[in-house]
Amino acid sequence: MQVPASFQYRKATSVEDALALLHDYGPEAVVVAGGHSLLPMMKLRLAHPEALIDINDVHELAGIRVDENDLVIGAMARHADLLESAEAGRHFPILHDAERVIADPIVRNRGTVGGSLCQADPSEDLSAAFAALRASLVVQGPEGTRTVAARDFFVGPYQTVLEHGEILREIRVPLRESASAYLKVDRRAGDWAVGAVGAVLSIDGGVITEAGIGLTAFGAARFVAAEAEDHLRGGPPTEDRFAEAGRLASAHCRPTADQRGPVDYKRHLAGELTMRALWRALSRAVG
Amino acid sequence: MRIVVTVNNTEYVRDVEPRLLLVHFLREELGLTGTHWGCDTSNCGVCVVQLDGVPVKSCTVLAVMADGRFVRTIEGLGNGAGLDPVQQGFVECHGLQCGFCTPGMMMTARWLLDQDPDPSDEDIREALSGQLCRCTGYENIVRSIRWAAEHEASS
Repeated sequence: MQVPASFQYRKATSVEDALALLHDYGPEAVVVAGGHSLLPMMKLRLAHPEALIDINDVHELAGIRVDENDLVIGAMARHADLLESAEAGRHFPILHDAERVIADPIVRNRGTVGGSLCQADPSEDLSAAFAALRASLVVQGPEGTRTVAARDFFVGPYQTVLEHGEILREIRVPLRESASAYLKVDRRAGDWAVGAVGAVLSIDGGVITEAGIGLTAFGAARFVAAEAEDHLRGGPPTEDRFAEAGRLASAHCRPTADQRGPVDYKRHLAGELTMRALWRALSRAVG
Repeated sequence: MRIVVTVNNTEYVRDVEPRLLLVHFLREELGLTGTHWGCDTSNCGVCVVQLDGVPVKSCTVLAVMADGRFVRTIEGLGNGAGLDPVQQGFVECHGLQCGFCTPGMMMTARWLLDQDPDPSDEDIREALSGQLCRCTGYENIVRSIRWAAEHEASS
């Protein structure tokens, strides 16, 4: 039987309350949202917090909305909420592509968008999707809020810039004309990615004005293929340009060999998926 | 920690350790052993129950997280007088062999039909994609849920 070690438990009722509890319980207290990453790690003793601050009742963190400039996703939005959000799917199909292949419908009912990002698992799908979208993360701490680019949020595997005493409030994706897609290769339904790529393109007058390429499980720094993005920007969306972007993504990522495949296979996959995600995104471009 | 959880329309008050998982709370504290305990890693889905009407894997939810909430288990699926159409469908279509995955399958099926009374086979398979039948009886499970959908539509 897998059971976590003992811990103290408090339910927060607001963000202020959660911040106060984090302060009171000290550096060994952690926030729990859906718990679908944290509880399994606690069962395996890979995580052993002394206190859990439960934010499931913090309703101000729930929900998905569109405001003047951004798609705003509350940190407590469940994966199922994001997948059901017509607004999210209409503006950024990459998010629905990614959500459709995260775990399974039952896990998506409980797991949260914010929890996935804060977990920063290198094989987790939304980190690359939001990095490709150049989203911003709004973090609240005792001193107030600060905004961090998704690309700057991830320090390394399972590490983010969140300080103790801070919590993620929401994710903001700037609204703009764009086309996007996310493609994943996995071994079976609901599994972690062997590798996956998200592509976001803004095209104006036949020229790519902005490109985002997010890489999942390929060991890419900050989850992005920056060299491929640089190559894409400023020219037309052609076969040659996409092929070179794939080559650059493949060359610059740093996959590791594991039970899901050797390095050369994963490098090949990074290049191929980059090209295919770009084509899929382009096929969705308006006009 | 003292919690109050409504399970199948009955309110239970219990003192529990925060680390107690919902699946063990249901089975060991309340004696509701219809909810099975399988992989312990939120993969297999035998422990699926409805929490506030939404199916979740109860091996990955703390009992304290269910404080003040409504849980529905397989014991609460029928109305006491007869079987739920989902249960009847499993009877009619041989939807179970060893029966280990069955309660979780049924709780997800009930939720699916409450949302979509006429799901395609593909919709059913997608809804069940986080649940394993190691007898590999998926064909009959899908048929059982279709039977329930058709039966509910005509009744």
